[in-house]
Formats: sequence, C-alpha cells, structure tokens
Amino acid sequence: MRPVEIKEGVFWLGAVDWNRRNFHGYSKAHKGTTYNNFLIVDEKVTLIDTVAEEFWGTLQCNIAQVLGDRKIDYVVANHLEPDHAGCLAKVVEKYQPEKIFTSPMGQKAMKAHFKYEDWPVEVTPTGTELSIGKRTLSFLETRMLHWPDSMLTYCPEEKLVFSNDAFGQNWATSERWADEVDRYRLEELMANYYANIVLPYSPVVLKTLATIKEMGLEIETICPDHGLMFRGDDCAWAIEKYLEFAEQKPKNKAVIVYDTMWHSTEKMAEAIACGLADEGVSVRLMCMKNNHHSDVMAEVFDAAAVIVGSPTHNNGILPLMADMLTYMKGLRPQNKIGSAVGSFGWSGECVKILTKWLEDMNMEVVEGIKNQYVPDHEVFNKCYEQGKAIAAAIKAKL
Amino acid sequence: MQKYVCEVCGYVYDPAQGDSDSDIPAGTKFEDLPDDWTCPVCGAGKDSFVPED
Repeated sequence: MRPVEIKEGVFWLGAVDWNRRNFHGYSKAHKGTTYNNFLIVDEKVTLIDTVAEEFWGTLQCNIAQVLGDRKIDYVVANHLEPDHAGCLAKVVEKYQPEKIFTSPMGQKAMKAHFKYEDWPVEVTPTGTELSIGKRTLSFLETRMLHWPDSMLTYCPEEKLVFSNDAFGQNWATSERWADEVDRYRLEELMANYYANIVLPYSPVVLKTLATIKEMGLEIETICPDHGLMFRGDDCAWAIEKYLEFAEQKPKNKAVIVYDTMWHSTEKMAEAIACGLADEGVSVRLMCMKNNHHSDVMAEVFDAAAVIVGSPTHNNGILPLMADMLTYMKGLRPQNKIGSAVGSFGWSGECVKILTKWLEDMNMEVVEGIKNQYVPDHEVFNKCYEQGKAIAAAIKAKL
Repeated sequence: MQKYVCEVCGYVYDPAQGDSDSDIPAGTKFEDLPDDWTCPVCGAGKDSFVPED
C-alpha cells in the first residue's frame, strides 16, 4: 500500500501484513494485521513509530515517496514492542534523526533492548509539549496499556491522537478508515484484540479514558498502530466501545470450554449447554481440540459464565485445558460465574483441579459435576439441571 | 514512611495510601505487605520493588 495523506501534511505509512495469522506467537490473527506508522511533514519532519522489521523495505519506500530527499528530524516511539519499533535501529542509522522522543519507561526499554550508546533520546513524561513547527505534539503516558512504556501522542492542531496499540484491530485491509468497512466485523475484531491483549489492563483503560476526558482533549481522528483508523463520529464510537470493553459487563451468554478423551466429558458438556439454552442463555460449546485459546478467549470476554470441562488424566487434567486455563488466568477476566465438569476412570481429580483454577480467577463458583465412566441418562439429567442452575445464577447477576 | 517503586512499570507503593485493590489498608508498610502481594498495575511480585529515592 502507498502512503495515504490523512490530514494535510500528515501521512499514514504502515505495512499491511496480509499473510500474518500468528500474532505475537500466542494469538490468532485470522484476517492478517497492519503495522500503522505515521509521518508529519512540518518544520521538523516527525516519524511516529515504525513497523515490523521484515517491512523495512516498505517503510523506506513509503518515506521516500513522501519526503524525497528531505530528512527526518524527529522520531516518536510510542511503544517499543518489535511490531512498532522493529525498524527503529535501522531508522536511527539511516536517517540520523536529531531527536527520539519516548516515555520514561520507554527510555528504559530502549536502552535494554537496543543497547544504544549515542542515540539522541529525549524523555517525554505526561504533559510534555513539543513544537514541530505549525503543530504541537503532546504526550500522555499510558503505562500498562498495554506495556510499561506505552504512551499516546496527541496533536491539538489536528485534533488527532496516535494511540499506538489502543483501539487497534488485527485486520489486513486495503481500506484505511473504519467508515469504509463492515461495522460488525470491525467491532468483532476490535473486541478480539481487546480480549486477547488489553483485557488485563482494563483498570488502566478506564483511568486513561477518564484522564482524556478531564484534559478535555478534542479528538477528531484516532490513529491506532493496527488496523483501521477512526475519524469524525467514529472516534466517539471507538471510545465508547473501549469503555464498554473495560467495564466487562457480562452478557446473557455462557461459554463451555472443554477437552475430552472418550467423549464422556463432551456429552456432559452438551447436556449442560441444553439446560442453559432452554433457559434462554446463548451458549458457545468449544472443544480445545478444534479451537485456539485466543478464539475461546474472544468468546469468554463478554460471557457471564464459563464452564470448564476435562476428564481426569494422570491425576490431572488434559494438557489443552491446562493451556487454556493458564492463558485465561493471565488475561484476568472479571465478573464471571464459573463451574466445572468432567468424567474419570479410576481417580477423579479433574473437577477439583478445574474448580481451583476458577477460584484463582475470582469467579463466582457453582459447584461442578464429575462422573465415573460413561455418563447415563441420570447423569445427563443432572448436567441439564446444572445448566439451568447456572442460567439462574446468570440471570441473578445481569 | 518509605515509598517503594515497581521497577517493571513504575507504580509507586505509598504506605500512606495502601492498596485498596488488594484490601491493603492505609498505613501498611511495604515490609508488612503479604509475600504474595503483587503490583496492582502490572502484576509483578514484591521482589520487583525498590525503595524510592
């Protein structure tokens, strides 16, 4: 994709990673992703962030198309993860910027990561204002949204915020603006990104949004570093969505995530799903053999209840469920009801182990069900009633 | 009372404020925080904290 002038003198550069499916080694990006970065042509030509290292050629080409032989004066590094700072060392070497601006934690990360000795780094704590000519850039630290070094860069003259990972979505497109794509798909991908990446830092999201409101920042354009950008009324929509995501209000929905050895746990899970569905709860039944943990997490994100299932295996649980629970616990979902289900052969620790995971995630636990050997009609009835009981708990919570 | 700063994310534990997220009352010294207490911002353990200058 060629550079796109998003405001007079402000360019989207970026790289579209059409083939990306594995995002950061742990999350699925079914629709690819983009690494957005930006160039402001003013008295001081300023580059905001870079792209993943493999797109160094694209970045150079984009810069040359906009600037010709003109040099880059300033670089702003909003976040040091390699998908945004992957070309930083190469940019410094080739363009020799006068200054590199980053947050206090960014400087620390930059030193540790790039081991530079003579880079012209300048630290920009919250409130720092920088004149680049006709325009000003001001910086807002957003520690742990989603890394310690994360910050936002705001340009008051353009009413534009470079939001780095906040408001991002993994979506490789030829379109650049949110109003050019399908809204449902956009929201789904934005929620997927939030659920898998930003979720643990929801309290920071709420504080940051409150700070932006208090500061009275006028925002007419939001430029995240992944996916589509927002303009006009879409900015308020994106902020509203983030508030909604961060508040983690549960919906009338349950996710049953399980693994199974000889289908007994699976059949019990299906009976629970029937009980839930008959009470009007929307249910997702997700077997770990067929679903990636990040896809499960995208469903767990707005569910009111999470039912986890595994048979007992070697006095423990099946490994795909251990993977799922480790991943889920790290993302710290809030406001959930939890319950466990599992079959067993000779020893039956599964439900106890699964319940401990749910308790460790501060879920409101509904006592689980375990069954030895193959479940019969009576067990299925018990599971069906369990589904209804969980549905009642969901209704009491909503 | 001595404040402690998280070397991972920069959060400052102020004993005068405690940590309401973890039900730590105001006036609790850093040394008296439970061993399994973690940084309310980034989740790092107590050993990631150093006294603030």
